[in-house]
Amino acid sequence: MSLGLEHYLILSAILFSIGLYGALAKRNAVVVLMCIEIMLNAVNIAMVAFSRYLVPDVVVLTGHVFAIFIMTVAAAEAAVGLAIIITIYRNRHTVDIEQADLMQG
Amino acid sequence: MTELAFWVIAIVLVSSALAVVLLRNVFRAALLLIVCFFGVAALYITLNADFLAAAQVLIYAGAIGILLLFAIMLTRDLHSGNPFHRLHLPALVLSLLLLATIIGVVIGTDWTTISEVPQVVEMPLDEPTTSYIAVALFDQDNGFVLPFEIASVLLLAALIGAVVLVRREGKD
Repeated sequence: MSLGLEHYLILSAILFSIGLYGALAKRNAVVVLMCIEIMLNAVNIAMVAFSRYLVPDVVVLTGHVFAIFIMTVAAAEAAVGLAIIITIYRNRHTVDIEQADLMQG
Repeated sequence: MTELAFWVIAIVLVSSALAVVLLRNVFRAALLLIVCFFGVAALYITLNADFLAAAQVLIYAGAIGILLLFAIMLTRDLHSGNPFHRLHLPALVLSLLLLATIIGVVIGTDWTTISEVPQVVEMPLDEPTTSYIAVALFDQDNGFVLPFEIASVLLLAALIGAVVLVRREGKD
């Protein structure tokens, strides 16, 4: 069976689910951010796979453009997210997200 | 050849992503996340996306990887490590359900490829993508010029926001 769109989409789905599990189940805020990066990468794989296999023997570039925008947003998100985590660590001396419950009722 | 590369990369990707979630040591998890980023770059090469592979190595493996390592070293919780919290079983069930749904949809859908797409930039398979991406981004009629400009404003806002957040108050 030759390589097709399904292979890349299923690999992307597996990576997305691993990232989702980590983002929901981890207590260290830095690890949660790392798992969100895995999820964004999985979406990028799906985008590029669609742009490669949508039309046979041609690459449609729109998927690449979307992947570039996702990378930009991911870089901004990582910078601001890590700055927030460092500020929380400085004030509360922990990066455990269960301890960051100031707004809990 | 591409098939062999795909399977090797897929095994490396899935095992390193699992290691990021399951390892106790946060620092090792971050190093394996960088391995995962390199694997995604290799996957882009199998998809004829050379510019994206280079950007992936520069932005993710370089910039974001180093940023994450810095954050881990600045916020080191030596006693707590990398634990799960008490709701990790519902999270596991939810992500497995999502995985089963996506795989069911992907297998159940008939992915008939269309022969012609109007109004978008296309390119033949065996050429460098960089100049075609430039045309797709900055095309007069259906390019992405406004999103490009908004992305630059977003990066500036993130830059200023990060600086303001980590600056110590009351020093100046």
